[in-house]
Amino acid sequence: MIEFPILTMLVLVPTFGALLVAVISKRQPDLVKVTALLTSVLTGGMSLWVLFAFDKDATANDGFQFVSQHTWIKPWGISWHLGIDGISLFLVVLTGVLFPLVIAGIDPHHDHKRYLSWMLLLEAGVMGSFISLDLFLFFLFFEIVLVPMYFLIGGWGYDNRVYAATKFFLFTMVGSAFMLVGIVATAVLAKAGPGGAITFDLIDIAKNADFAASTGRWLFFAFAIAFAVKVPLFPLHTWLPDAHTQAPTGGSVILAGVLLKLGTYGLLRFGVFLFPEAAVWSRPLFLTLATIGIIWGAIAATMQTDLKRLVAYSSVAHLGFIVLGTFALTSSAITGGVTQMVNHGISTGALFILVGMIYERRHTREIAELKGLQKVAPVFAAAFMVVMLSSIGVPGLNGFVGEFMVLIGSFGSARWWVVVAAGGVILAALYLLWAYQRVFHGEPDEDNKSFAELKWKEGMLLLPFIGLIVFCGVYPKPMLDRVQPSVDRLLVHVEEKSNWQQPHPSEPVERIEEAHGEGDSADETTTEGEG
Amino acid sequence: MGALIADTLQGPKVDWFALSPLLVLLGGAMVLLVVAALTPAWPKRCYALFTAAVAVGAGAMGFATWARVSHEGSQSLVADAMVLDKPGIWIAITICLAVAMAALVTDDYLRREGLDGPELYVLYMLAALGGIVMAAAHDLIVLFLGLEILSIALYVMAASHRKRLASQESGLKYFVLGGFSSAFFLYGVALIYGGTGSTNFTEIVAAFDATIDDRSNSALVLAGVALLLVGLAFKVAAVPFHFWTPDVYEGAPTPVTAFMASAGKAAAFGAMLRVLLQALPHWADDYRPAVWAIAVLTLVGGSVMAVVQTNVKRMLAFSSISHAGFILVGVEAAAHGANVSMGGDGVSSVLLYLLLYTVLVMGTFGVITAVGRTGDAATGLAGFRGLGRSKPALALGMTVLLLAQAGVPVTSGFVAKFAVIKAAVGVHSYAIAIIAMVASVIAAFLYLRIMISMWVADPEAGDDTRETVRVPALLGVAIGVSVLFTLAVGIYPTWLLDILP
Repeated sequence: MIEFPILTMLVLVPTFGALLVAVISKRQPDLVKVTALLTSVLTGGMSLWVLFAFDKDATANDGFQFVSQHTWIKPWGISWHLGIDGISLFLVVLTGVLFPLVIAGIDPHHDHKRYLSWMLLLEAGVMGSFISLDLFLFFLFFEIVLVPMYFLIGGWGYDNRVYAATKFFLFTMVGSAFMLVGIVATAVLAKAGPGGAITFDLIDIAKNADFAASTGRWLFFAFAIAFAVKVPLFPLHTWLPDAHTQAPTGGSVILAGVLLKLGTYGLLRFGVFLFPEAAVWSRPLFLTLATIGIIWGAIAATMQTDLKRLVAYSSVAHLGFIVLGTFALTSSAITGGVTQMVNHGISTGALFILVGMIYERRHTREIAELKGLQKVAPVFAAAFMVVMLSSIGVPGLNGFVGEFMVLIGSFGSARWWVVVAAGGVILAALYLLWAYQRVFHGEPDEDNKSFAELKWKEGMLLLPFIGLIVFCGVYPKPMLDRVQPSVDRLLVHVEEKSNWQQPHPSEPVERIEEAHGEGDSADETTTEGEG
Repeated sequence: MGALIADTLQGPKVDWFALSPLLVLLGGAMVLLVVAALTPAWPKRCYALFTAAVAVGAGAMGFATWARVSHEGSQSLVADAMVLDKPGIWIAITICLAVAMAALVTDDYLRREGLDGPELYVLYMLAALGGIVMAAAHDLIVLFLGLEILSIALYVMAASHRKRLASQESGLKYFVLGGFSSAFFLYGVALIYGGTGSTNFTEIVAAFDATIDDRSNSALVLAGVALLLVGLAFKVAAVPFHFWTPDVYEGAPTPVTAFMASAGKAAAFGAMLRVLLQALPHWADDYRPAVWAIAVLTLVGGSVMAVVQTNVKRMLAFSSISHAGFILVGVEAAAHGANVSMGGDGVSSVLLYLLLYTVLVMGTFGVITAVGRTGDAATGLAGFRGLGRSKPALALGMTVLLLAQAGVPVTSGFVAKFAVIKAAVGVHSYAIAIIAMVASVIAAFLYLRIMISMWVADPEAGDDTRETVRVPALLGVAIGVSVLFTLAVGIYPTWLLDILP
């Protein structure tokens, strides 16, 4: 019996949706919108179906489920190989959920048809990147994502959009240039002897290839550059504030929500998994860069006068935590990192939506020009507050879970980096609360008096975000239960292939609890999740 | 006495079937030249369709010979002056394809510019003939004959827009510099002859087999190799022998530019592979560093200089230089395993790149032909402004072609680049592979600029009063075929890779 190729459909449905939208006449704007929305809802529904059908205890196929594998470019050993595990599962769901919300809730103001078409193509590309298990296929999706994003920023962005779009495209493409050579070299070198057939299959190479240490490190860095640009890791982050600030709201939400995760996901799947020895060897470098990114992003965010730029820099800091967790190489740190990928997507996505709403009303994002909004729009302010607190990482909301697990998990294996990085948590509170204070507190002046309250349609858009923020914060167990087995499998692989031994997980946790003395209730939630 | 003469002058055995693509093109050119001179002007489109039909026929004969080579292996022709093998036929088919598409692009262009007449089509076919001879030559003199047939036709074609001064200038410039480079090549032939006593590849290789150990005559031969390389590098427009390219590409009629960038490049690279691999395999270790250096200069130079241009034809001239650099990476990879049988990943990546680039560049210049408008002068970036609104389908097609030139996945351009990178990495030329990829990112900047003009740039005063862009039927067919081919190969390249030699 042939199973329903659900993962293939996750890619094909938005692709065909994009084509369909492109061929519908411009004179039927409603049909265009309905088609786009239905396509994205269908894709989102399928991703949810995958979530519920996902078996958290499955061990067949190296833990990958819903696998579909077909020969594609036979002479080059390339196959259409898709599969999903706990690490990619929630990123796929996030993508599936975020896109319909963005398509339904955010108005691009002009050229809806082209906008929606690019949006759907973007969705297909992102989906494909998260579920590809073939190096060539992954690169294809990873790279194709640039095109719709480029056009979204360039076509629907703000004043300086062409510059930002070009910078985004070229920065990312430079990284990809190294990765492409790395991919080809990996496949060529992994080929066993001159008679062996060439393959680009991720699992095949990860399991069977035996690179010399120095070779593996070169290859690892070829991949890592591409991902470091995408994450973005300090000092390659300079494209991000420009791209975010100039992108239309929908573009920013997608960019922060899922696109940046391609980098962190790539580091895990195509860095650590493929080249464990090199990843272990280069830990100090990545931990340092991640820590610098956390502090630098936070300081830079504090200095911003533009609200959207502030959120953009906060992303640099947050993604630093994810990279920190990834290279701490302990079970709870990586699990926390993966959780943080999803949670950052939710909370930063919501922040960008809120900033976009402020811009719609006031046509400025300058913090100095906004004042006292809480007085005139209390519900709006409340929504902003919840989302902001989640971004700060207040216990009980989703941002806390991942960040805390990263810090706690990394303490055993990367202690001094954690000590510095923990400062980033405090800085996050500083820049976000300060911004909130300046924008929402005080008496509104003339310009801000007429600031409109949240409309019900906007509320409907924010509601799912806030729901997820609270749910994932209060009850992260379902997510952790699905992520952790895959992370453990990854770590077993790393320990097999390198001299890495993760410190005993319970040890640092206890120490932390002792250090905190009283500890708080959220600690327990987290440690439970680890079990 | 008579019998003696008959014995002495007995011609070689000629395998007419193997030469059929050449004969079809020659016949087509002669028929068109003679018949069109004797009859009143043919109805519109007939010259173009006739040329396209001849080219397709020649290509079909190419396929027929391909089938024979698959069965019986490579064969030498006309007393070993030429060779019938898959790489040669592949390039012949590529050139025929270029002729067919160029004819479709040229058709309305000539009428628009008031230049109607069959001469350009005749020259296409004759140039193609020369190109095919170059790629199938097994003797340096034969190769030179092919080179001159191609080049002289191209000089005339470049100058064929009688109403544009730029076109005249372009033809003259190309002629002078082209003659210069031919002289280099010819001197190289003479030196190789001096070093080996023959111009025939088989005999050259035999001579080297005997003398390579003591490297006698090495100074003479190395000078010859260098001069041959210079002559060929000029033809493929490699840095630092590229100075003619931007001016000639900009000045020549746009369809002719397309033909130069596609068929001209394919023929020259075919000849380069023949000379380097089949005549001089013993010297691979000596010329490989030179090829490496030229490739790097070409990649970086082409991409960087492209960035500062504002005329789209000039941009694409530099982009074609950068593409030549990419193909040279494949040549460098091929030179690692230089052998007279012309096999291996390097050679096939070059062949694949040539075919895909031919189709790509034809479509791209097809769009520029339309956007150039009457006078063929509106080829600045401004000419493209607002194309996304006025002609969305054309702009979308152009976008696909430009993304393909930038090497974005799901297009043929990516497949071509991937094959070259794979060949280079396969012989451990990592540095050049990375340089090539980074250069292609720099080049991507210029494709982005064109796309920005089409889709994003705000309209300016005077845009409304411009002549509207027309896409006549045959031009539309050429662009459409190009775009579809680009996507088809990008999505499922297996069918092409399976038959790649």
